[in-house]
Amino acid sequence: MQKGKKIIAIGERDGVPGPVIAECLESAGYDVVFQVTECFV
Amino acid sequence: MNFENQGVIKRLADQYGPENLTVVLGNGEANGVEVFAETVTEGDPSYAGPLAGVALKIPVYHILEEEVLSTVPEPLRQEKLQLSSLVIDVEPMHQVLEASREKL
Repeated sequence: MQKGKKIIAIGERDGVPGPVIAECLESAGYDVVFQVTECFV
Repeated sequence: MNFENQGVIKRLADQYGPENLTVVLGNGEANGVEVFAETVTEGDPSYAGPLAGVALKIPVYHILEEEVLSTVPEPLRQEKLQLSSLVIDVEPMHQVLEASREKL
């Protein structure tokens, strides 16, 4: 995945939630500009 | 993808430029991933949301794909993603998303 891109993290309640994706990618040096957790029920 | 999130992505694309954005998904199942990818590359396939007819061409990855996972520091990967890696079958999603990225 290309460095320097701004990240839109769309997590899922029954998968990996948005805040976890955001935390992991911020630690990897990415700029997370939006994170959300979708719920398909 | 729900309309509210489509609207947010459209605004972010206007603000930063779609070429500077990447979408990272956390879906638990492959079902729906193709529609997500199509929505932010070619536009909303239902033609009902804010991204209807808007081809943003934003690349889409899954957090558990090796290309993404390998960038996450090891301790955090173990703490936050190891369990998900065991229960989520990422390979079908990887195939769909890789095909989507190759079309960009």
